[in-house]
Amino acid sequence: MILLNLAWHSLLNRKTSVLLTLLSISVSVMLLLGVEKVRTEARSSFANTVSGADLIVGARSGPVQLLLYSVFRIGDATSNISWESYQKISAHSKVAWSIPISLGDSHRGFRVMGTSRAYFEHFRYGQRQLLEFQQGQAFDGLYDAVVGAEVAKKLGYTVGDKIVVAHGLGNTSFAKHDDKPFRVVGILDPTGTPVDRTVHVSLEAIEAIHVDWKVGTRLPGQTVSAEEAAQMDLMPKQITAFILGLKSPMATFHLQRSINNYRKEPLLAILPGVALQQLWDLMSVAEKALVAISILVVFTGLIGMLTVLLTSLNERRREMAILRSVGARPAHILALLILETTALTLLGAILGALLLYAGLAAFKPWLSSAFGLYITLGPPSPYQWQLLGMVMIAGIMVGLIPGYRAYRYSLADGLSVRI
Amino acid sequence: MGSAIELDALKFGWKPGQLVLDLQPVKIDRGEQVFLKGPSGCGKSTLLNLIGAVIRPGQGSIQLLGQDLQQLSGSARDRFRADHIGFIFQMFNLLPFLSMQENILLPCRFSALRRQRAEQRFGSLEQAVGHYLDDLGLNDRALLQRPVTELSMGQQQRVAVARALIGAPEILIADEPTSALDSDSRDSFLRLLNSECQQQGTALLFVSHDSALQEHFHRTIELNAINRVMQGAL
Repeated sequence: MILLNLAWHSLLNRKTSVLLTLLSISVSVMLLLGVEKVRTEARSSFANTVSGADLIVGARSGPVQLLLYSVFRIGDATSNISWESYQKISAHSKVAWSIPISLGDSHRGFRVMGTSRAYFEHFRYGQRQLLEFQQGQAFDGLYDAVVGAEVAKKLGYTVGDKIVVAHGLGNTSFAKHDDKPFRVVGILDPTGTPVDRTVHVSLEAIEAIHVDWKVGTRLPGQTVSAEEAAQMDLMPKQITAFILGLKSPMATFHLQRSINNYRKEPLLAILPGVALQQLWDLMSVAEKALVAISILVVFTGLIGMLTVLLTSLNERRREMAILRSVGARPAHILALLILETTALTLLGAILGALLLYAGLAAFKPWLSSAFGLYITLGPPSPYQWQLLGMVMIAGIMVGLIPGYRAYRYSLADGLSVRI
Repeated sequence: MGSAIELDALKFGWKPGQLVLDLQPVKIDRGEQVFLKGPSGCGKSTLLNLIGAVIRPGQGSIQLLGQDLQQLSGSARDRFRADHIGFIFQMFNLLPFLSMQENILLPCRFSALRRQRAEQRFGSLEQAVGHYLDDLGLNDRALLQRPVTELSMGQQQRVAVARALIGAPEILIADEPTSALDSDSRDSFLRLLNSECQQQGTALLFVSHDSALQEHFHRTIELNAINRVMQGAL
């Protein structure tokens, strides 16, 4: 008890250096826990994004790239696939359902995806959940749009609002399809996946707004009004990718092989789970590097603490001698120093965890819009507790060094107080 | 009346073959107030560390209150010191980060015996502190509130006296406690110290190089006169 009291008051007496030490430890702990948190959250949020899909098919590129642009809306497709190929493959006898995906346009920073009504009937996320509407219903008319929960929330849309789609991606595209505005007919429930940040329209609508466009720009003198476009043949010519659900999972590998060997067009079919695993393998190097760096940062914090304590130790020899004279044993002196580092590490760990939660709460919206990372704020995971425990042990071990020095000093100095 | 401190054939050197102390027998009775005179560098601090049971003698024996220190283990010697010896140093006796009261109560935090004695005599630790502060002329509300680092040197040394005496240890060792004081406060400090020791029956071993102080004590021991190492050097 007395030692706690002494350690506490002694630390308070050295406020500035103690606070700086505390800060460096807490920032390092925040980093350590943060890297771990983002790592696990990234995994679970990716794993939750698509569920129940057997194959994803796109133009031939890499499996990871196909997975990223088709499902996670990260990056772009290198090329499209023809409507005929889609028609042919989705008509295969083993195929239960198919969802076409056509990407490339955006609405105020959110991606616009052309698809069919099958999307609302068959697309599943998380634990095989179907998409639900919080308002309205699926698109029916040509210029109908269904927006994700975040789009609606951020832009304040309700059913009936008019929106304009911009050509290409990015927030400040100058080329707008403003001659063919859309009407919001449905708003989806939040899913914690990229669906929340997507504006969904029909494939025909994508075709219609591009009727009078060629290679990325509007053809001069050839404007086609919204009404005229609706009268035209809007059969899509190309799509970006499609998702397949099979009648029996047994057929997956067989169908995958035949799609990959499709003669008319270079296609790639991937199993989402396998591609996800490849993605993890790819990222694990970076993850390990990040974890290693954050561990090193924690060590830097602890070394900073060691420096502060060792530097102050010489000035504190008088304090030790006084304590010895009033009956403190050398073991008390050792315990006192260890108590100080333990207290500093503990406070640093608590502060670091609080900083992390505050930071995550503050940057949550930004993480989801900039990186598609949906963070859930929960209590620390067992592994995070383990990390905190290791930091504590390391802190106590570090305390042994000044503790032992002070112990030696107090044996050598005894009661003679040196200046 | 038994002896408080008894040194017999005490020899000590920090390095083998280099004796610092080789003392003739010394005996200080309980309640006796002794002035130990010695210039700096004559082994004073070493002797205090020996009597304070911090270091072990090479040869000879140290008996405090009839207990042979040689027979005690390291931690038992620490406990013995906490229970039976109070210390006052030259200066900077106080821990700057503790209040005046907590500084005075430090010995009671490490020694159950001294805590018990203080509580028995005064009712509670707070009352014990109040008693010593009254006696030493420090019981001023304004003083109590202030951090100990803002006290004058004389006031700090009086707080150190209260700390050394609380819980009535049988032996008080004072190492040049007046060297940082001016002559007026030195005399009043010595009067207070002597009367407090008298009241509690504490044996006082007062170490100083300043022979002008020796009139305040029952008896003077010249360290150089009893240290055979010094005689050899002369």
